[in-house]
Amino acid sequence: MEHKSINLKLKIWRQSNSQTSGSFKTYTVNDVSTEMSFLEMIDVLNEKLISEGSEPIAFDHDCREGICGACSMYINGRPHGPMNETTTCQLHMRAFNDGETIVIEPWRANAFTVLKDLVVDRSSFDRIIQAGGFISVNTGNAVDANSLPIEKSKADASFAAAACIGCGACVAACKNSSAMLFVSAKVTHLALLPQGSPERKIRALNMVAQMDKEGFGSCTNTGACEAICPKGISIENIARLNKEYLMAGLTSEK
Amino acid sequence: MVDAKIPTGKLSEKWTDYKGHCKLVNPANKRKLEIIVVGTGLAGASAAASLGELGYQVKAFCFQDSPRRAHSIAAQGGINAAKNYQNDGDSIYRLFYDTIKGGDYRAREANVHRLAEVSANIIDQCVAQGVPFAREYGGLLSNRSFGGTQVQRTFYAAGQTGQQLLIGAYQALERQISLGNVKMFTRHEMHDLVIIDEKAKGIIARDLITGKLEKHSGHAVLLCTGGYGNVFYLSTNAMGSNVTAAWKAHKKGAYFGNPCFTQIHPTCIPVSGDHQSKLTLMSESLRNDGRIWVPKQKADERKSVDIPENERDYYLERRYPAFGNLVPRDVASRAAKERCDAGFGVGTSKQAVYLDFAAAIKRYGKIEAGKLALENSTDETIIKLGKEVVKEKYGNLFDMYEKITGENPYELPMRIYPAVHYTMGGLWVDYELMTNVKGLYCLGEANFSDHGANRLGASALMQGLADGYFVIPYTVGNYLADEIGTTNISVNHPAFEEAEKKVAERIQKLMEIKGTQSVESFHKRLGKIMWDKCGMARNATGLKEAIIEIQQLKKEFWQQVRILGSINEMNPELDKAGRVADFIELGELMCIDALNRAESCGGHFREESQTDDGEALRHDDKFMYVANWEYKGNHHWEMQKEDLNYEVVKPSQRSYK
Ligand SMILES: Cc1cc2nc3c(=O)[nH]c(=O)nc-3n(C[C@H](O)[C@H](O)[C@H](O)COP(=O)(O)OP(=O)(O)OC[C@H]3O[C@@H](n4cnc5c(N)ncnc54)[C@H](O)[C@@H]3O)c2cc1C
Ligand code: SF4
Ligand code: FES
Repeated sequence: MEHKSINLKLKIWRQSNSQTSGSFKTYTVNDVSTEMSFLEMIDVLNEKLISEGSEPIAFDHDCREGICGACSMYINGRPHGPMNETTTCQLHMRAFNDGETIVIEPWRANAFTVLKDLVVDRSSFDRIIQAGGFISVNTGNAVDANSLPIEKSKADASFAAAACIGCGACVAACKNSSAMLFVSAKVTHLALLPQGSPERKIRALNMVAQMDKEGFGSCTNTGACEAICPKGISIENIARLNKEYLMAGLTSEK
Repeated sequence: MVDAKIPTGKLSEKWTDYKGHCKLVNPANKRKLEIIVVGTGLAGASAAASLGELGYQVKAFCFQDSPRRAHSIAAQGGINAAKNYQNDGDSIYRLFYDTIKGGDYRAREANVHRLAEVSANIIDQCVAQGVPFAREYGGLLSNRSFGGTQVQRTFYAAGQTGQQLLIGAYQALERQISLGNVKMFTRHEMHDLVIIDEKAKGIIARDLITGKLEKHSGHAVLLCTGGYGNVFYLSTNAMGSNVTAAWKAHKKGAYFGNPCFTQIHPTCIPVSGDHQSKLTLMSESLRNDGRIWVPKQKADERKSVDIPENERDYYLERRYPAFGNLVPRDVASRAAKERCDAGFGVGTSKQAVYLDFAAAIKRYGKIEAGKLALENSTDETIIKLGKEVVKEKYGNLFDMYEKITGENPYELPMRIYPAVHYTMGGLWVDYELMTNVKGLYCLGEANFSDHGANRLGASALMQGLADGYFVIPYTVGNYLADEIGTTNISVNHPAFEEAEKKVAERIQKLMEIKGTQSVESFHKRLGKIMWDKCGMARNATGLKEAIIEIQQLKKEFWQQVRILGSINEMNPELDKAGRVADFIELGELMCIDALNRAESCGGHFREESQTDDGEALRHDDKFMYVANWEYKGNHHWEMQKEDLNYEVVKPSQRSYK
């Protein structure tokens, strides 16, 4: 693959901690190889900052393979940047042009407090899972795995929903900061499997209640979440969650 | 001599016997016992959840913002289990035997047999939790063969098996958190182990948001902190994977077993430049269909597609006609290095070989054309059909390759090169997974493990979950039954105060160096020494040089490192500095261990110990032991051997010719 070097201007959100307010600072990075990943480009900038004696930029990242869900930033206003179904860590610099200015910001949502620079607190997602995103089975209670055949199409659909990496981009993309795509993906993953069926009503009710409690907004079906989700989680899951929730509400009222 | 406390009796009955006779803790007492679990990847999350279910008070720690992000999430290929669902002759014995042989006869029989025994339960447990494994049209679970085994025993969820297993364990863990049985500390890093009266009684942890140190006490401490492949700087491990927790325990007395045993995976995307921060694995399953080659002519500048068939060297097929492209990982990696070192490498860096799917595409295309009864189909149609089959099998990997390299692997062969992937070494543990420090356990990749000198594909996930779900719930009880008399362990005990003070001083010292070089630059330099001299091939001269270079690097680090920011805030540079400082010390020990082991076995290839045709040569008469290193102060270690006795399997030299 042909590669070239490009020069960039970066406008990056800097904030010391959750108590202080932040602001954009402008930096330049030159000779960025188009073979670098976006995060490697920030590494290069950070090395430069350290050599100049200024604090490097803090950002969440770990796997750098698009699977752990740690990386999280708006790149030019779009969560995870310009490419579809691509996390920030998988984005490569060949997606940018020489001389371009790139604006980089942390996720913005009431439920996601900025902890430092580009790092936000997403522990609300864990608490939503705690509210019901599981199947209640203790270790040692399981029956033979093949004693319960599951239709391949159902298993595949369940897997597709379970592919969510919990990154929070759907919340960041939504003008209401709704977490419906994330919650619906989990509800769908478990509801489609026979093992998950016994708890499906209580699960939907409890997870939605926790989501509301955490301060996520409501869903108005704009579809922004689906468009940016790096794992291609479908908005159909939200329709399913609404149905599950409605059914659960109806039957529990009786 | 180190005693592994292996139960007596027949190999296949040891675990059953053990379970039948180990001590139990009654439910009322469990509530009074606290267990600290450091690390919540597959091993730690499964342990913490299972122990919480049993009624223990568990405190769990991880450095990421959520347990769901542990490095385990990245495992692609699958998990082994001796289910024999395919009726192809698999059994507990066969899985046991393959693991022992694959590990080049450097693993402990009793542990490996237990691993094979519980493997089937893991799959049952995961399915019950809702892990969406791949299924056949009949609704039953699907299997594939993996890593050159002759049976199909690998369960998988597309190329995201680790993710799905971890989410299963994570959900079980979150459930215990909501029930109040587990208290979770995310964005926390363990900085030291606290020992009171020769027993592990707690840890010092640092809150990575505020920078504050915390003292946590417990009746037992479980380290489930993963592997240390990042000592090489570049590896397929996640950026944060580190040795710190295990290293601190080591410096407090825990033996480090076989530190030099590293797995170098043959199929990774090659380094593209100096900026490279990590390497990406291309699943081993690709070798089922891809053919590996380099040009026959040195420094051939032609494009891959312009090199005619008869000018290509399919060197694995040439050297290993019986196994061809499916030789084990260590053999495939060394063969790639050999070709590149000899000047036949490809790509801009010349540190790469081709993994070519053109033949597979044609083969599958012809089969498909046959199925559709297309007579006289053109090459074009055949290739189109073939590509569809390949896409169905490997689509996500091909996409990942294209995202990273910008090249389309359906048209051009992939370029691949070996990369550090897994560490078989780790804290030494006995049959009960207890280290030589009482009450300190080690699970998952962090322990010296059941994989000997080389791990088979799809066996790490199996081991992590075996340790956490099925082994530790029994073995920890056997110890805690005698600890019920110890009520509240005070964190004001002098041992806690002392440990906390030392940790604080070290952090202070790091910050005060105010040197000129970044943490990253030291990590890179360490990685280069390790890769060049303690990597795929090692020799005495190189290792001796490496030891001196690393000692020098350590000195320089403590004089020259520059860490900006302050202590009492979120400071990823400071976190990294502590980890790199520990990696530097570990690097030295790895070289010492590699130097001591003057034989080639598994992933450890000593150039002095090879056959005439360049194959690895083991020396069972001299090295059939686990090399455990006891820390004796700065740059000093003493070896404590655990001899390996093979009662059931007869060791033989591996041959894949
Ligand atoms: C790319 C890739 C693909 C793989 N594919 C496969 C596969 O297909 N099949 C297979 O069997 N194996 C595979 N492996 C290997 C396997 O994924 C790992 O060996 C396994 O997941 C390790 O699990 P673990 O629980 O021991 O550790 P990890 O998952 O690494 O978890 C470590 C935990 O410890 C915590 N931690 C670490 N240090 C500290 C500290 N100081 N303080 C507090 N917490 C700490 C972390 O936060 C984390 O929670 C693969 C590995 C890689 C790199
Ligand atoms: S639904 Fe998509 S965008 Fe939302 S958390 Fe999951 S992977 Fe991220
Ligand atoms: S760093 Fe793991 S998904 Fe980006």
